[in-house]
Amino acid sequence: MKSGSRLERLLWAGHFVVTAELGPPKGPDVAAVERKMSLLAGACDAVNVTDNQTAIVRLSSAATCALLHQHGIEPVMQMTCRDRNRLAMQSDIFGAVALGVRNLLCLSGDHQKFGNHPSAKNVYDLDSIQMIQMVKRLRDEGLTAGGDPVEGAVPLFIGGAANPFGDPFEMRVIRLAKKVAAGADFIQTQCVFDLPRFKEWMRRVVDLGLHEKVAILAGVMPLKSAGAGRYINANVPGITVPEAIIERLSRAGRGAKAREEGMRLCAETIQELRTIAGVRGVHIMAVEWEEAIRPIAEMAGLLPRPEPPEVAP
Amino acid sequence: MIVAERKPMVEILASIQGVSRLLVVGCETCVAVCLAGGAKEVAVLSAALRLALRERTSAVEILERSVERQCEEEFNAPLAEDIAKVEAVLSMACGVGVQTLAEQFPDAIIYPALNTQFMGRPEAPGIWAERCLGCGDCVLGRFGGICPITRCSKSLLNGPCGGSSNGRCEVDPEHLECAWQLIYDRLARLGQLERLYAIEPPKDWRSAHDGGPRRTTREDLRL
Ligand code: SF4
Ligand code: SF4
Repeated sequence: MKSGSRLERLLWAGHFVVTAELGPPKGPDVAAVERKMSLLAGACDAVNVTDNQTAIVRLSSAATCALLHQHGIEPVMQMTCRDRNRLAMQSDIFGAVALGVRNLLCLSGDHQKFGNHPSAKNVYDLDSIQMIQMVKRLRDEGLTAGGDPVEGAVPLFIGGAANPFGDPFEMRVIRLAKKVAAGADFIQTQCVFDLPRFKEWMRRVVDLGLHEKVAILAGVMPLKSAGAGRYINANVPGITVPEAIIERLSRAGRGAKAREEGMRLCAETIQELRTIAGVRGVHIMAVEWEEAIRPIAEMAGLLPRPEPPEVAP
Repeated sequence: MIVAERKPMVEILASIQGVSRLLVVGCETCVAVCLAGGAKEVAVLSAALRLALRERTSAVEILERSVERQCEEEFNAPLAEDIAKVEAVLSMACGVGVQTLAEQFPDAIIYPALNTQFMGRPEAPGIWAERCLGCGDCVLGRFGGICPITRCSKSLLNGPCGGSSNGRCEVDPEHLECAWQLIYDRLARLGQLERLYAIEPPKDWRSAHDGGPRRTTREDLRL
């Protein structure tokens, strides 16, 4: 065991895991966090907490993770390279571990131009692969990036992101291989809508044996309406929602009917992903729609969630 | 070259408010080549200033000069007499030229007329683009001659972020190419794709500005 986190133990025991996402409020609104927590409790195995997602200032990921941990929900702390240099990263990681965080997802981060402080200076001292390497060193060698001994242990299950749909396609597998070499224990992918392309990517991943070295959790996203799909196609680089999905949503009607269809589509995607060799779980990204997680998990036959075995670290 | 562009007229006018004898000094090196601050631009700006200031009650006298390289004191020395005659100097050089004048003529009031932008090159007529951040430890050899520090919006050294799409950078798809698409294509062309598998270690930013203002000493050239 590297971290003894619930996520790690479930994967170790061979379970198909389910993670979800919680976006912290735009201020220290603890009640808002608690509301979202109640929607997620028991519906998934661990909850990613975003780090100033889309470069919008929010309650810090570490503090939100600590709240989750206090309420018995396992957090996956996200950390981006955008806002912190290597000093701040390590110090915040120590802080998060001290507060009970055991999973860390290392990300490049959205550029500040997309957020609410476009005039800010960014950092990008390290990139996400260098961050993964640094965290592994903190954990396995007990040494900081600067080479000093760490006081105390840093038991973290280290994650990275992968976008099988970004360009250049060949680079996508290479980058995954680099993340694995750097020390990633698990990978959460960009939302899968285009299953054929995802399968093609997974085939290459399996050919290289990477799926045996890292647990790949496929990302999925329920869409609330056909319009949401069209919005993604027009505005989110690196994700394409196929026409067939948009059509099914628009045929379903409006409002609650479309949302219901969106959840069903998502559950169907999960069932299909489950059959792909090398996929060890799913990461459900229901942005500002945490209510959808439980019904989707239910429809996909993923409830109740299993208890992980107690494994000595 | 160093690329710059002229400040907006209102800002220039605000800086020289109340000045009745002004010297406008261009530079014939980088900023002349990028058509921002050479002799021609000095003439254009001076004419525009005269026009804008013609309603003033007192006459405004504007001297126009341009020097070969404003960042080297020897080229600026002949300006001494003119500088002594005016109340303020408007420099159309890059920030280095402006500061050279300020160091060389400690009693003169110097205003910048340009915004100094980057080290880059002309990509097409009328378009200049950034190519080097002067990190002090050039890694171009490992990246097919394309600088990831400068040309990737996130200075990523180990491959593209998730936002690279159809060769464009997510930060501004209309105007920016994804540096990592360029690097990938070039390395593929050179038969060096294996370079992409190596993990590029964290950069030592001491050689860049993060180590403090930089200076270079060449002992063999010192007097
Ligand atoms: S690696 Fe450094 S010196 Fe070389 S082009 Fe890039 S910024 Fe300039
Ligand atoms: S899209 Fe390409 S150039 Fe833009 S930030 Fe991502 S990797 Fe860098």
